[in-house]
Amino acid sequence: MAYPANYRYTKEHEWLDLEGDLALIGITDYAQHELGDVVFVELPKVGSKIEAGKTFGTVESVKAVSDIYAPASGEVVEANDVLHSTPEKINTDPHGAGWLIKVRLGNPSDLGGLMDSAAYELYIASESKEASA
Amino acid sequence: MRYLPKSPAERQAMLSAIGAKSIDALFSSIPERYRLQEALKLPGPLSETEVIDFFKARAAENSVGYTSFLGAGVYQHLRSVVTDAIIQRGEFLTSYTPYQAEITQGTLQAIFEFQTLMCQLTGQEVANASMYDGSTATTEAVLMAERLTGRRRILVARSLHPEYRDVLKTYAKNSGLHVEEIPYSANGTLDQKALEAALQDDVAAVVMQSPNFFGVVELLPPLRDAAHSSGALLVTVITEGVSLGLLSPPGEADIVAMEAQSFGLAPSYGGPFAGVIASRDKFVRQMPGRLAGQTTDSEGRRGFVLTLATREQHIRRERATSNICTNQALCALAATVHLTLLGKEGLREMAHQNLSKAKFALAELEKIPGIRRAFDAPFFNEFTVVLPRSVKIVNAYLQREKIIGPFVLGTAYPELTKHALVCVTETTPRAEIERFAAAVRRALEQPL
Repeated sequence: MAYPANYRYTKEHEWLDLEGDLALIGITDYAQHELGDVVFVELPKVGSKIEAGKTFGTVESVKAVSDIYAPASGEVVEANDVLHSTPEKINTDPHGAGWLIKVRLGNPSDLGGLMDSAAYELYIASESKEASA
Repeated sequence: MRYLPKSPAERQAMLSAIGAKSIDALFSSIPERYRLQEALKLPGPLSETEVIDFFKARAAENSVGYTSFLGAGVYQHLRSVVTDAIIQRGEFLTSYTPYQAEITQGTLQAIFEFQTLMCQLTGQEVANASMYDGSTATTEAVLMAERLTGRRRILVARSLHPEYRDVLKTYAKNSGLHVEEIPYSANGTLDQKALEAALQDDVAAVVMQSPNFFGVVELLPPLRDAAHSSGALLVTVITEGVSLGLLSPPGEADIVAMEAQSFGLAPSYGGPFAGVIASRDKFVRQMPGRLAGQTTDSEGRRGFVLTLATREQHIRRERATSNICTNQALCALAATVHLTLLGKEGLREMAHQNLSKAKFALAELEKIPGIRRAFDAPFFNEFTVVLPRSVKIVNAYLQREKIIGPFVLGTAYPELTKHALVCVTETTPRAEIERFAAAVRRALEQPL
């Protein structure tokens, strides 16, 4: 699956799609593939604050429960509640319908430290190489 | 998993592999003064016949022929030899964390049956594979409520088992939980007015027991309404499971924490027992411990697996739902076998006998001048009476007559100075209840 060029990515395999001061946040195709079938997601309540680098929820697959880390700081304005009944959307459409939360960023211009798609693809290529080494 | 001692050669090989010269060198990071300098003082080895003689002598020290009126969280009930025969099968008795679905269908099915029975008894939707005991199950229920509500204030009935309250306070002490006690009212039930006054939108859980520590049965619906009106969860604790043979299941509770000792586990020295946590399906992912689930295998046959294990400590480490719990598999199995033998009618019959005999005992005691019932709310197989003299003195007298007397409530409730908590189960014959009442009468007539 292609990694959208306009998204920003974290080393923990989250993506962020910025529009104005609002950002959609989700986990990457690489992450969903590593997790396997997702059976449950725990998302923060609307109105709660998330902090860059800190965990804001969990994704549970048949193999593991993983924390999700915030790519940036801000306030949650929407959570993708359909995931409660259809968590498999994270597997089938991780970069689209499987988005997790919409956040109003505290400082939209400060996204330093996040990777662009090219850098992220290089990053996961090295991760895979390490895993198979 | 096998437990075999290592030979000196194997020890040497292991030591050289990690680069340590000796066992002492391996432990050199432990300060000298904390290391044992001499051999541990243990008695020397015994032959098989000596071991048998030793244990026969210890067994002869057991008190036999006593009749007990002591309950207070641990109850003497009928136990069938069938239970012991089944749990002593090697497949159950010696297996350790036996959850590999490919080879342990029997154990997983037994756990699944246990969970099913606990749901049926408690009126809840999901129960886990068991906890250490009722007290830790209660604390886990509180921690679960904290996770579910994001709140940290806990209102606990003073009529909750005092040892359960102690366990909760121990966990709460350094975890930022604020535990407050709600008093009991004149009839022994939880003081609803005090509860409502204490409830605010920062309360995670209202924790209460029924029948409570004084033996009094609580009415759950008003307590649930009060808790829910401020967004708190209702945690209901049950120490005497047999009561569920008669009382309506605590379906109003959001989380039920129960002690399963009454179901086929001997009182022993106070353990090992098995705790139960049961709750609503929607709360399952905040439930501690493990859960056995029913599924179908690749050929469509019914099978059993461990589910939700991904949230457990061996996988999530410090992020696990709980790091202070385990599954009491063998005790839970005993409870499962016991309840299956009893069946629904058997449990109801057993519960009826408890109530009838307790009522008879109360009537016998009330005939004695100076004795009165302390609380007038309904009870199950335990009730509180006020004696005209110290319960400890009466108990000392009873002991001479081979009777284990009632629980001295003053030890846990300083305000209940002459209050005795009397327990009568189906195992107490009518003649023994009469003998008990006569002995109490004589004890009260003894000169000081």
